[in-house]
Amino acid sequence: MEKRVVFRSRWLPYLLVAPQLAITIVFFFLPAGQAIWQSLLQEDPFGTSTEFIGLENFATLFADEHYLASFRVTAIFSVLVAGFGLAISLVLAVFADRVVRGAGVYKTLLIWPYAVAHAVAAVLWLFLFNPTLGVVAHWIKGLGIGWDPLLDGNDAMVLVVVAAVWNQISYNFLFFLAGLQSIPKSLIEAAAIDGAGPGRRFWTIVFPLLSPTTFFLLVVNIVFAFFNTFAIIDAATGGGPGQATEILVYKVYKDGFKALDLGSSAAQSVVLMAIVIGLTVLQFKWIERKVQY
Amino acid sequence: MNRHSIRVVRLAVAGALFAFAAGAQAQVEIQWWHSMTGALNDRVNDFAKGFNESQKDYKVVPVYKGAYPESMAAAIAAFRAGNAPHILQVFEVGTATMMGAKGAIVPVQQVMTGAGEKFDPKAYIPSVAGYYTTSKGQMLSFPFNSSTAVFYYNKDMFEKAGIDPNRAPATWPEVMAAAARIKTSGTSQCAYTTGWPSWVHVENFSAWHNVPIATRENGMAGLDTVFQINSPLHVRHWNNLKEWAGKGYFTYGGRTNQAEAKFYSGECAMLTSSSAAQANINRNAKFKYGVAFMPYYADVAGAPQNSIIGGASLWVMSGKKPNEYKGVAKFFTYLANPARQAQWHQTTGYLPITPVAYDLTKNAGFYEKNPGTDVSVRQMLNKPPTANSKGLRFGSFVQIRDMFQEEFENMLAGKQDAKTALDNSVKRGNEMLRRFQKTTKE
Amino acid sequence: MVERRPLLDFITHAVLLLGVAVIAFPVYVTFVASTITAEEVLAAPMTLVPGPHLLENYKEAWLHGAGNSAAPVRTMMFNSLVSALVIAIGKIAISLVSAFAIVYFRFPLRMFFFWMIFVTLMLPVEVRILPTYKIVSDLSMLDSYAGLTLPLIASATATFLFRQFFLTIPDELAEAARIDGAGPMRFFWDVVVPMSKTSMAALFVIQFIYGWNQYLWPLIVTTQEDYYTVVIGIKRMIAGGGEASVEWHLVMATAMMAMLPPAVVVILMQKWFVKGLVDTEK
Repeated sequence: MEKRVVFRSRWLPYLLVAPQLAITIVFFFLPAGQAIWQSLLQEDPFGTSTEFIGLENFATLFADEHYLASFRVTAIFSVLVAGFGLAISLVLAVFADRVVRGAGVYKTLLIWPYAVAHAVAAVLWLFLFNPTLGVVAHWIKGLGIGWDPLLDGNDAMVLVVVAAVWNQISYNFLFFLAGLQSIPKSLIEAAAIDGAGPGRRFWTIVFPLLSPTTFFLLVVNIVFAFFNTFAIIDAATGGGPGQATEILVYKVYKDGFKALDLGSSAAQSVVLMAIVIGLTVLQFKWIERKVQY
Repeated sequence: MNRHSIRVVRLAVAGALFAFAAGAQAQVEIQWWHSMTGALNDRVNDFAKGFNESQKDYKVVPVYKGAYPESMAAAIAAFRAGNAPHILQVFEVGTATMMGAKGAIVPVQQVMTGAGEKFDPKAYIPSVAGYYTTSKGQMLSFPFNSSTAVFYYNKDMFEKAGIDPNRAPATWPEVMAAAARIKTSGTSQCAYTTGWPSWVHVENFSAWHNVPIATRENGMAGLDTVFQINSPLHVRHWNNLKEWAGKGYFTYGGRTNQAEAKFYSGECAMLTSSSAAQANINRNAKFKYGVAFMPYYADVAGAPQNSIIGGASLWVMSGKKPNEYKGVAKFFTYLANPARQAQWHQTTGYLPITPVAYDLTKNAGFYEKNPGTDVSVRQMLNKPPTANSKGLRFGSFVQIRDMFQEEFENMLAGKQDAKTALDNSVKRGNEMLRRFQKTTKE
Repeated sequence: MVERRPLLDFITHAVLLLGVAVIAFPVYVTFVASTITAEEVLAAPMTLVPGPHLLENYKEAWLHGAGNSAAPVRTMMFNSLVSALVIAIGKIAISLVSAFAIVYFRFPLRMFFFWMIFVTLMLPVEVRILPTYKIVSDLSMLDSYAGLTLPLIASATATFLFRQFFLTIPDELAEAARIDGAGPMRFFWDVVVPMSKTSMAALFVIQFIYGWNQYLWPLIVTTQEDYYTVVIGIKRMIAGGGEASVEWHLVMATAMMAMLPPAVVVILMQKWFVKGLVDTEK
């Protein structure tokens, strides 16, 4: 789609795009290029000795079982966050869609966690789940279940997944609700007249019609779990215990900033860029599909 | 925003003063990046203020730059951008990285002699100085805040459990006997916990038992060092900790100093952690407590040896003007003053890093008035340090320590036994050492 | 409602109320913890009834901060506000003009620029941390408001959003402006900006929250307390490794204060918030 009517100026358009381009070049392309270049080097932190080593950083990385373990952790984490996040918010959205009076109030009460920073969400849940003083931890122990996110990797994983899901529910809820509200009521009424109960109607009509929304949210949630949950991991577990919650993004930060292993960190950045590109392409596939409706 | 307007006024005033001073005589500014917070931050500022008032030519500007790893990363970035500070406080695990950065630092000894300041590395406690000295005997950085691992116990809880509160458990079996009493008598759910697991249960444990952490004098004699912490003694100790954790005698408290809060809140009866924690314990504990030597295994020949240090030292960065180095040297001389060293030790809980400062403190009767404050010193000076106990120097040790702690956590979580945990630690640690060796030319 | 089902109605409200309660619970506990003393927080399990120390805890945090982060909350809140506003307004401003240029002009490299902006979607800050840090350091922008905000200002989504929107503005308007002899900037100010107000408001809400809640970036570019934002301030308050213990009552008071501004923005500007969310994902 293009405008038929346009203005003419030799210099004005360049001036207008200049700020955006300048920032894009300085803070996006330059660093990305540097990451790629750095990933081919071996260098001490101070930059006093530099050696070109080709793809050795990548070879080391993929031979490192702990890097591969980080992939596994990221995959499990993403699946849990996306799975629980979508399921819970879908349930809430379906019920909220049924409510005639008070729907607005419920909506308001369910969307505000979006405003809470990931790091703050992590601290709140860390506090609730703190084995010494947490209220929830106390209940869990009261049930006779051992609870120690400092030591038990599964417990730590539960902690970060709960914090992430809590933070992301509002977003999923809003999109599910919008999706549900756009389903023609006549379709559902017709099914009701045919004698289909609410459960049956949901699975045969509503859920299939929601599938584009679901797919879209799935991708968004995976991107969220992959990249935006850094704050949750850093504030709640710091990747531990062991490496139980060390997701890829956290490892890039840790190896680069704490351990000053520049080559490895850069190589990991490059791998992550490839993953983002893949996910973005997937997201756009969805937009194409949506356009066909 | 009050603070901001104050800052603006301060800037304006500073600007005016600067313009005025520039007319008369330019003062040389010396940037000092550090990681001291709270009361320690105040002490650091006091040092700078005292020095600045004592003379007119130089002005030391202390800047808090975040926790140790952050401040180090910031300084490295600043160095690459050509605006590093003059003085940088680096924690002991970053020592090897700094030593490897030949072109980035100036050895403190060279700074001092270059400026004609008196400097005697022998004035320092050997196991402190040894940490920051090359294998060729050149002292590279200026020791500043050093602590060591000690043992704390809650006397009230001991009494309640029917254990003599005036006799601290000296050996690990005694610690565990006490732990069993505390558990079975129902005194507390948590008997023993530890801060800094790798520092206490690998590094200090090895030195205290006079066994090597790694070959080549714990890495101090060369970069081709190899970890040796999977010895039978290490395995035995980790295996004990695992067993004690299983029985509920030992409660894991996290990778840094979180366990200290478990002790002074009255949750845990015994703690091994930094001697610098004492100030904080003093402030928070509502019970009588004792400080003692670290426990050891009595059947190990030569144990207890002496413990090793943690904490940080001051590094001088390269690329500055000779006049500025002169200021740095003068400032170090100011810091090295025995009275100031003694006061630093007394107010912070860090070790006195010179025997003179120790004597000053002792003669002033400080240790009698504050029982327990000399435990760390006596433990450091327990015996003349050996190759196994004079310190350690490993590249990428920040990362390696995390690996040890990961393996330790996995062991306590029941995923592996002590032998596997230590074997893995050695294997992963050695890989990192080899990587570091490659990037660092000696 | 398709048919009446009293039982299902009951279940509906029960589920929703449960959902609301579970979601609100952590914040409730946080609130309670911020109104009691340090000792009461440590007494496990902590009480679930608010105590009388609300004012003094908030005042203490506001004026002095807590634990390892010695920066007072008011300084950090001010920094957060500045960053959030600069990021939100900056993003809107540069995206508005660049989208205007791309839609209303024909010039060499136009599509190339468009794709360049588009590609930034694929480079979230998390994957280029270290090199971006290095560049900001080279520009001497560490520990400054410029360093905190500038690298986050480029926005492919906002540029897209405005581009889509401009394409729906009827051509007749631009035609009329040209016939009247009005230049492009006149047209921009008199027609495009006023028409974009709703989109700008919606974007502002989303980007304000985005800016306020930034974590990784402020964490690495600020080392001096004067530039901490409140979100990383909280992290530093609970970070291990310092000499002080965690003062949970103050941390929780800070958390409450950190949550308040974005939550108020979401609730009061709910309509724009929802529009903003939906629009930015088109």
